[in-house]
Amino acid sequence: MKPPPFRYSSPTTVADAVALLAEHAADDARVLAGGQSLVPLMNFRLAQPGHVIDLRRVAGLDTIRLAGGELVIGAMVRQATAERSPEVALAAPLLAEALGHVAHPPIRNSGTVVGSIAHADPAAELPAVALAMDAELTAVGPGGERRITAADFFQGPFTTALGADEILTEVRFRSFPGGHAFVEFSRTHGNFAVVAVAVLVALADGRITRSAIAASGLGGTPLRLTAAEQAWEGSTAGSAAIDAAVDAGTAGLDPAGDLHAGSATRIDIARSCLREALERATERALDRR
Amino acid sequence: MTEELQEITLTVNGRRHVLAVQPRRLLVDVLRDDLGLPGTHIGCEHGVCGTCTVLLDDASVRACITLAVQADGRSVRTVEGLADGMRLHPLQEEFWDKQGLQCGYCTPGMLMRAVEILEQVPDPTPDQVREGIASNLCRCTGYQYIVEAVLAAAPRMRSENPWDPTVPTEAKA
Ligand SMILES: Cc1cc2nc3c(=O)[nH]c(=O)nc-3n(C[C@H](O)[C@H](O)[C@H](O)COP(=O)(O)OP(=O)(O)OC[C@H]3O[C@@H](n4cnc5c(N)ncnc54)[C@H](O)[C@@H]3O)c2cc1C
Ligand code: FES
Ligand code: FES
Repeated sequence: MKPPPFRYSSPTTVADAVALLAEHAADDARVLAGGQSLVPLMNFRLAQPGHVIDLRRVAGLDTIRLAGGELVIGAMVRQATAERSPEVALAAPLLAEALGHVAHPPIRNSGTVVGSIAHADPAAELPAVALAMDAELTAVGPGGERRITAADFFQGPFTTALGADEILTEVRFRSFPGGHAFVEFSRTHGNFAVVAVAVLVALADGRITRSAIAASGLGGTPLRLTAAEQAWEGSTAGSAAIDAAVDAGTAGLDPAGDLHAGSATRIDIARSCLREALERATERALDRR
Repeated sequence: MTEELQEITLTVNGRRHVLAVQPRRLLVDVLRDDLGLPGTHIGCEHGVCGTCTVLLDDASVRACITLAVQADGRSVRTVEGLADGMRLHPLQEEFWDKQGLQCGYCTPGMLMRAVEILEQVPDPTPDQVREGIASNLCRCTGYQYIVEAVLAAAPRMRSENPWDPTVPTEAKA
């Protein structure tokens, strides 16, 4: 089908975009980034915004920069641009690896990093990366600017802490010196994940000093697997530590089944993705030294 | 609702068009219906199949989930822009020669994606081509002949000075 009628604005400043969002709130105004989720939803008429505010021309949203220990990605940076960016490869190799699993190149040429996080699909890759990296989102609304941590941002399937009158201008990823791995299982190449696991690990003298583990596909939001982190931190890197983390990380999970995979199957898949990710991240942490 | 028409400028296959469109119009429909370029096909209309793939500022996009207003001020390349008059593009010739198409429904999108792959990776391995065209569905060929066609076109595109809309035909002879 085709999108239902709507009015369209293409502001050039964040302030104008925020003002337009407030002005047209009664029309269910929506922000448009790459359109790779919003336009299909409009084609299906699952979304029927009365006013669409395109961020494409808003100045300053298309840059990737390093600020202190943080990688800052503007709201209009396309997934394909981030995937090829040397700054991303250096400061957030976990994000670079995950981007390769997001849809196919023609979608990534339009879709944005921030748009994927804003959309908060429970099967999407980047929300899990944001959670593992303790990312922060910068939101601007009528009351000014605020930062939202990834841990607070994801509230349910397609539901976030962003106010209806707010726009995300950037996402900030804190770099994590150590090893990383992103492992996913999907039905077909380029599809959303059935289960995806993001792992960061730092070692000192062969011991796991710090880690961050998050997963998609195991609940309505991405989950931080803190039990897995606690289970292996302090241990000597190796298969015993990995076994402990896999058991702890998947104990008590009760993901909803769907037509792609039942609950028990999802846990089996999570176990094998988690194991592979922990192994690969550990190897990379060892290689780094 | 009264939708205001938006004036947009599209440079399609090197030719500039100024159009007034409703914001709801999809790029694929504007190309086909307003500009009379039906080479770009419509299949799933939600970004999955790839038959509507065109190049927007030289990067492949799904024209079925791109609003025409999002392409304002940008350049679009479609399958109609590949041939140089009666001379087919090397990719078109190799698709023909290697039977890279049967029904032809996926072909316009497949060709444009192949152009992007070869512009980014002029000398790809078979695996790079296979991985690259995984973005586009074909229900007929089994893909193998498409892969062979793209691989055969690669050295020709490196040596034959590919079609460039900014170079007049006389200057290339
Ligand atoms: C065929 C296909 C396959 C796909 N496969 C995958 C996949 O495997 N994994 C995956 O993760 N994704 C996948 N996607 C989705 C894709 O990654 C989208 O690009 C992404 O989810 C949304 O980014 P966007 O920039 O296109 O956002 P849009 O579609 O423009 O927006 C999405 C939503 O976020 C809101 N939004 C966007 N930016 C902002 C902002 N700055 N501030 C406030 N709100 C904002 C919009 O209002 C809208 O509600 C797929 C899409 C398609 C069409
Ligand atoms: S018609 Fe656009 S991807 Fe299928
Ligand atoms: S040739 Fe028929 S779909 Fe590809």
